[in-house]
Amino acid sequence: MEQRITSRLIWCWAGKRVQKRFIHTAVLLTLTALILSGCGSQTTAWSDAEVQILQTLWIGNLPSLPSDPSNRFGDDAKAAALGEKLFFDTRFSSNGKVACATCHDPEKNFQDGLPRAQGVGTTTRRAMPIAGTAYSPWLFWDGRKDSQWAQALGPLENPVEHGGTRTQYVKLIQAYYKDEYESIFGELPDFSDTSRFPESAGPVPAGLTNGTDAATNWEAMTTEDREAVTQVYVNMGKAIAAYERTLMPGESRFDQYVEAVLKNDSQAAESILNQDEIAGLKLFIGDANCTRCHNGALFTDNDFHNTGVPAIENLPEDTGRALGAQQVLADEFNCLSAYSDAAPKDCDELRFILAEGEALMRAYKPPSLRDVALRAPYMHAGQFTTLEGVLNHYNEAPAAPKGHSELEMLHLSKTQLDQIIAFLKTLSTIR
Amino acid sequence: MKSQNKTIVVTVVITVIVLLAAFYFLMPVFGPRFMHPLMSERMHGNSSQVNASDLDTSTEKLTENGAFKVSFKSELDPIVIGPIHSWTIHVETADGQPVEGATILVDGGMPEHGHGLPTAPQVTQDLGNGDYLVEGLKFQMGGWWEVKFNISADGTTDNVTFNLVLGG
Repeated sequence: MEQRITSRLIWCWAGKRVQKRFIHTAVLLTLTALILSGCGSQTTAWSDAEVQILQTLWIGNLPSLPSDPSNRFGDDAKAAALGEKLFFDTRFSSNGKVACATCHDPEKNFQDGLPRAQGVGTTTRRAMPIAGTAYSPWLFWDGRKDSQWAQALGPLENPVEHGGTRTQYVKLIQAYYKDEYESIFGELPDFSDTSRFPESAGPVPAGLTNGTDAATNWEAMTTEDREAVTQVYVNMGKAIAAYERTLMPGESRFDQYVEAVLKNDSQAAESILNQDEIAGLKLFIGDANCTRCHNGALFTDNDFHNTGVPAIENLPEDTGRALGAQQVLADEFNCLSAYSDAAPKDCDELRFILAEGEALMRAYKPPSLRDVALRAPYMHAGQFTTLEGVLNHYNEAPAAPKGHSELEMLHLSKTQLDQIIAFLKTLSTIR
Repeated sequence: MKSQNKTIVVTVVITVIVLLAAFYFLMPVFGPRFMHPLMSERMHGNSSQVNASDLDTSTEKLTENGAFKVSFKSELDPIVIGPIHSWTIHVETADGQPVEGATILVDGGMPEHGHGLPTAPQVTQDLGNGDYLVEGLKFQMGGWWEVKFNISADGTTDNVTFNLVLGG
């Protein structure tokens, strides 16, 4: 009975002819909507708030290079010249084959394109890019170092990276770089007495390095001799940092686009980025939440985030910032250390470090997204081989292996994810 | 009657198909905001989305139980995301007498994202006259932030929360 009444009502509402028209109209309306939606995306209007965000991401918004109070040689051109030579010198390794440039290859955007860096052995993390790190208060994925010079000294003594020791290195400085060293840092102590300065000695994990036990040799040295060696070793780091400070990302098509938008030159703007790239940018600063972490002109907030990146089987447990925070506090080369040139008041990041709490578990530093398309694979251990893999991960927001992921499901379509990838490709430096 | 019913069914079916097709094709245009309410609730986690303009962003406030009047001044003006910086906070009694020798704890975070501050700021100096130096504040993303002070003085403890809405 009820059904009958309903069908009667519908029938009354739509006579047979009207019905046909209704179908036609519905089809027409749908087609119109589809066409309009296509046309609608042809012009991109940015709200004032969006323009403001675009401006913060623009390279023209990058503040001038901050000084590094912990490195008084940071802006010394001679130090930078020496640092550049050290950066490419493979003698500073246990097998004579590994330099900083091995994993930070200038031809590859100062990285190596490998999921885990290969020095004299294989590391457990992805080599990080260098450009723009002078702006970061924390270095490495877990921020276990708080300056570029302290960072540079880590891999040199890491058994699977350069694999050498600090007495080995200062002897190399004496043999090959004495004059340059002395013109910057003053007199180089004489390290030629091997009874005081063994060929291989340093505070490295116990075990054989270059056929001798470097840790035991180091313990056997006098405190004064150890300090003399460490001071020269620190100066090597400061020279390398002076060079690395000069490495900056360049202008990209995205920057040219923002410049045109800021000038209200929509015609120029639309000739720089295509519709997919612009749509991707809109998602990047909007619904995809990317700028929560990838903000500012370097597209990183230099903080630490757990984004639920999967753990890699067979690798030792990696707790990210949870361990990194403890390591930087204990680091012999941190901002508050005797080897730092900074006054305590210049070490606020370290003094007020967040060193405890669940938020640090498997939290990692977002690298700059500038030139990101040239730097596969992605994440701290190269978990994803493509940007598609990364974007799918962010879209699906899986639970973290440990700790709590900050991600929320995005529910973006495949088209939208592709648009974001198209946008990310506009961040490559124009060469 | 039978043919009438048939026509109705066909009409309804075609309309539904057309609407579904339209919805499917228009999804990327609608964006997820206009999806089913159930969906959108799942997406945003908490449905208590706060409108920034509704927040009380005043820089002078009474503490929750009215024990103290607290105000702050940032070394950075305006406060922007990125740099670590200091604030000076001023604490006085409800009737305007400066409170000296107070013990003050600092906390905060982003309520919408469920995370705390990226640093561990501290009150490092009692500057006298009810003024205190808070060092180590930092905000690393745009949006709604809370900065909370737990103030103890003369046997009284009270809390105050300041709201910040940062761009970028």
